[in-house]
Amino acid sequence: MDQAVMTGGFSDPSIQSAWGFRAAMNAMARPGDILAVQGAQAPAPVSVAAAVLMLVLCDPETPVWLAPSHDSDALRRWIAFHTGAPVVAARGEAAFALGTWDSLVPLRDYRIGTPEYPDRSATLIVEMDELRAEGAVLTGPGIKQAAGLNLPDAAAFRANRGLYPLGLDFFLTCGDRLAALPRSTHVTTPAEVS
Amino acid sequence: MSDYNFAYLDEQTKRMIRRAILKALAVPGYQVPFASREMPMPYGWGTGGVQVSAACLVPEDRLKVIDQGADDTTNAVSIRRFFEKTAGVATTGRTSEATLIQTRHRIPEEPLTRDQILVYQVPIPEPLRFLEPRETETRKMHALEEYGLVHVKLYEDIARHGQIATSYAYPVKVEGRYVMDPSPIPKFDNPKLESEAIQLFGAGREQRIHALPPHCKVVSLDFEDHPFEASKADHDCDLCGSGTSYLDEVIVDDAGGRMFVCSDTDYCETRRGAGHRGRLAATGQEDAA
Repeated sequence: MDQAVMTGGFSDPSIQSAWGFRAAMNAMARPGDILAVQGAQAPAPVSVAAAVLMLVLCDPETPVWLAPSHDSDALRRWIAFHTGAPVVAARGEAAFALGTWDSLVPLRDYRIGTPEYPDRSATLIVEMDELRAEGAVLTGPGIKQAAGLNLPDAAAFRANRGLYPLGLDFFLTCGDRLAALPRSTHVTTPAEVS
Repeated sequence: MSDYNFAYLDEQTKRMIRRAILKALAVPGYQVPFASREMPMPYGWGTGGVQVSAACLVPEDRLKVIDQGADDTTNAVSIRRFFEKTAGVATTGRTSEATLIQTRHRIPEEPLTRDQILVYQVPIPEPLRFLEPRETETRKMHALEEYGLVHVKLYEDIARHGQIATSYAYPVKVEGRYVMDPSPIPKFDNPKLESEAIQLFGAGREQRIHALPPHCKVVSLDFEDHPFEASKADHDCDLCGSGTSYLDEVIVDDAGGRMFVCSDTDYCETRRGAGHRGRLAATGQEDAA
């Protein structure tokens, strides 16, 4: 096994996981907030933020689906070594999915939970070219009045909200920064608001 | 400190709890099942709250633990010591100084900020449990948004007592979807459920976690002709004189004498420190002088 696979994990897993989770939780609780994380480095093209999320949240109990944009032998081995999470072949088996937006869609194939257990749904980690607090307008739980976020496709997130309380939850990552968009968030475009 | 993993729980357990917390935040008011662990304290002493706190703590946190508003009762002291020992975090009694507050049955009087997290210890998370004992049925009722029974319960209160007599664990509807039991906080605290802070609810024995993100819409159930009322004892605090805080009634002698004091000890002490005095605080004033 080459050296690159074994590097890039947390040097102090217990503490760094706690910091990473705190950022992830604050992001999920306040959709649109952009937070910085550090401490993990997975094989390219995985961002630091996505690598941190994988280390904080994935383990042998969470099947991971890698979108074509990110699927590589090196990443599969990195995930196996650092998290033990099984990499699955189909979107529908995944608890977590990682990739760029274009290669993660279509969303209809992921698990959205059941009416009795809406928590049994997938969380998607969407790698972005940039992350800005402007663009689509977010309202709903966790947001005081309105927040902005440059979403890849507002309509898809609105359709996801239409499934509530079922649906997918998203982390958006770029470099060492992350934001989140839970299924509870209402998404509109600026034109519709004005 | 070196004898324990940070915050006591092993990493895999914390990951499992953390995933549950994220799903709970994504579906406010829905109870997410989690594999609750045995903790070095009995069920009913806050094992759910302790596990949620352990999953959230970072070394920089300043922890406050309250039991019915008080920082100095057995439950609060032992949980504070537990995290001092296993996580090495600083602790405080001051609401304003704390970054993570674990609570049993109260929300602090002082409004919480966006830099704070409130973790509740929850005995029975299911608001429908005493109306329908079967988990399979209550789960279906939540799925179908079938909450008529809760209103019947509140109506029976009115039929029997002339008013809604439910005074704690008062059911709320979250974001117009899930009916949630806000743990047995007095209904006086219900309006404070709409907060700047993240609120997490952990039920250890019942193995459920639910959550309220900040600025989440939380409506106490009521009727048009019997609107919800955040009631408290009709007195001022006898120590600090506050007319707006939630009060405990304390029997002080064998002749029926009693006094009313703030349930939130930090709030009461802070007010007394600022010079406020209640009806029976004269002796305290002499001590201070």
